[in-house]
Amino acid sequence: MSDEQARQPARDAAAEPLLRLEGVVKSFGAVHALRGVDLTAPAGQVTALVGDNGAGKSVTVKVVAGTYLPDKGQLHWEGRPVRLRSPRDSSALGIEVVYQDLALCDNLDVVQNMFLGREVTKRGLLVEDAMESAAMSTLADLRVTTVQSVRLPVAAMSGGQRQSVAVAKAVMWNSKLVILDEPTAALGVAQTHQVLELVRRLAERGLGVIIISHNLTDVFAVADRIAVMRLGRVVSEGPTTATDVQTVVEQMTTGVAA
Amino acid sequence: MTDAAAATTQESETAGASVKRVQGGGAGGVMPVVIGVIVIAVIFQSLNGHFLSTGNLVNLLVQASVFMLIGMGEVFVLLLGEIDLSLGYVAGIGGVVVTELVQVRTGWPWYAAIAAALVVTAAIGFLQGTLITRLRLPSFVVTLAGLLGWQGVMIILLGTGGTIPIPDATINAIANGTMSPLAGWVLAVVIVGAYAYLTFRSDGRRRASGLAAPRLSTTLLKVVGVAVAAALVTLLTNVNRGVGVYTLRGMPYVLPLVFAVLVLWSVVLTRTRFGRYVYAIGGNAEAARRAGISLPWVRTVAFSLAGVTAGVGGIVYASRLRSISTSFDGGTIVLYVVATAVIGGTSLFGGRGHPLHAVLGGVVIAAIVNGMALLGFSAAIQLIATAVVLLASIMVDVIIRQRGSTARA
Repeated sequence: MSDEQARQPARDAAAEPLLRLEGVVKSFGAVHALRGVDLTAPAGQVTALVGDNGAGKSVTVKVVAGTYLPDKGQLHWEGRPVRLRSPRDSSALGIEVVYQDLALCDNLDVVQNMFLGREVTKRGLLVEDAMESAAMSTLADLRVTTVQSVRLPVAAMSGGQRQSVAVAKAVMWNSKLVILDEPTAALGVAQTHQVLELVRRLAERGLGVIIISHNLTDVFAVADRIAVMRLGRVVSEGPTTATDVQTVVEQMTTGVAA
Repeated sequence: MTDAAAATTQESETAGASVKRVQGGGAGGVMPVVIGVIVIAVIFQSLNGHFLSTGNLVNLLVQASVFMLIGMGEVFVLLLGEIDLSLGYVAGIGGVVVTELVQVRTGWPWYAAIAAALVVTAAIGFLQGTLITRLRLPSFVVTLAGLLGWQGVMIILLGTGGTIPIPDATINAIANGTMSPLAGWVLAVVIVGAYAYLTFRSDGRRRASGLAAPRLSTTLLKVVGVAVAAALVTLLTNVNRGVGVYTLRGMPYVLPLVFAVLVLWSVVLTRTRFGRYVYAIGGNAEAARRAGISLPWVRTVAFSLAGVTAGVGGIVYASRLRSISTSFDGGTIVLYVVATAVIGGTSLFGGRGHPLHAVLGGVVIAAIVNGMALLGFSAAIQLIATAVVLLASIMVDVIIRQRGSTARA
């Protein structure tokens, strides 16, 4: 794979990516979680973030989500430097994170979940019909056909349907970058396929997507670009076509390609 | 495969149920409790022929209204997945404040006394809610302390007198006064008419926006059901239930009061953002937090509303007895009240419930309490029977939970 210096000029020459992390450092006491992360996420592409446990994937996501403020380094959003102090800041920019299994309230239905925290009201009362129509059209846009009734509590749904709803919820709010944390971890083969299809459609709609996954088969099936993390650094970043599973596994475990 | 075909057939099947869920605001699944009431009525009637007499049934409803009101307060807290054990004595404080303020020596007008009592009970709920949410203390412990502490405060407020009678006619009329039979019918017609109008309007709007609306027959059935229930209650309360030459007929004022609180809290819980957040926190607090909802604020307001609703129940309790005394047993009442909500279908684990559950469960609990008193059971047997009912209702709750939340929807 190419090294940092070789890619740097190319990145500046092209149109600015949606999100760019530059030398992001984050420590928790003596634990150096991120030791200078450089990462880009272009619009209209799926960027996979892979790495062993403890490589710093989740901390990187939390920095982008505004949960953690980096100790050092800079985030660039559409070319402009930004500081994300809270999840509110990041969602104001159009960054939405879909956390594995934490995103939905089981007792609420699809519409209620998709609008949670952003309900439409008129004179203090909820406007259910408008929310239901909007939720249905978002699901239709994303061609999510597996959700049979938007008025069914999500507890009654399969893992794939729930994940589809969680993703649809994230893209509903004019988001530009959707981050998916292990979206297929708990799913069967057919449902994984459904969710990966949905992820591809997000990129086709021009959204930037960052997907974290342990499953390299999924990653190679869905991602345009792969960034490999090891010990708090991105050790390799580039198009999926330029690498293979063997190389990525070696980078994840040793930090260099054989 | 045939996903699309399956989806369309499923759509037509679930549309009715789902629409009902929206409009009923999660109040669905009330059949078990209705059947329970019928079974209890049959048992007590066969043991004592007076149980189903008009006088006793109206008395039972007035008795039940205290459990219903405090129970509707408890629903707010149970929906969050918390519990409030202090509501019995919070209600007691409400009753004491009203009683003390309308005494001749204090001389407050009845409305000011009621307002003061509601402010005090809301403040108690706010205080306990603040301790629970800001200091992250378990609600069980904070409200257990409340159960003891507010009983103590109540005893201090009552002083050495023991029983304090209420000299105010308006306060006493809340639970003991009745509307004229004609007024009862007018009220019933207005309520059924308003319900029918709102239901048909909402269905029409859904059809106009191209959304699945319930079939006309379903809507008609619901309206007829409400009309029959309203007519039955009005007929029952309008029959002369006086003894001998003494005539007593008409709907006790407390029934429309309970109904008004039911409508108000149903709207708050199912039609406002705050209500939606209460359900969301009970379902998945972490998801609610990530959606930007202020958990401490919603929880504290819910505890405050529980307190103020209990205060209304306490005022009705005092009104029914035309007095308040140190024999007020808020400990037993709060257990009845938790049972009331749970029997109606509200979950102890949060996220599932509705104020209507407390109203229906209140009928069950009052029927058991009233029936056992009628049969002359000892206090010991009554306590044991209540314990069995409480345990049984919680078992039903757990079984429903294990079968998934759709079982009742």
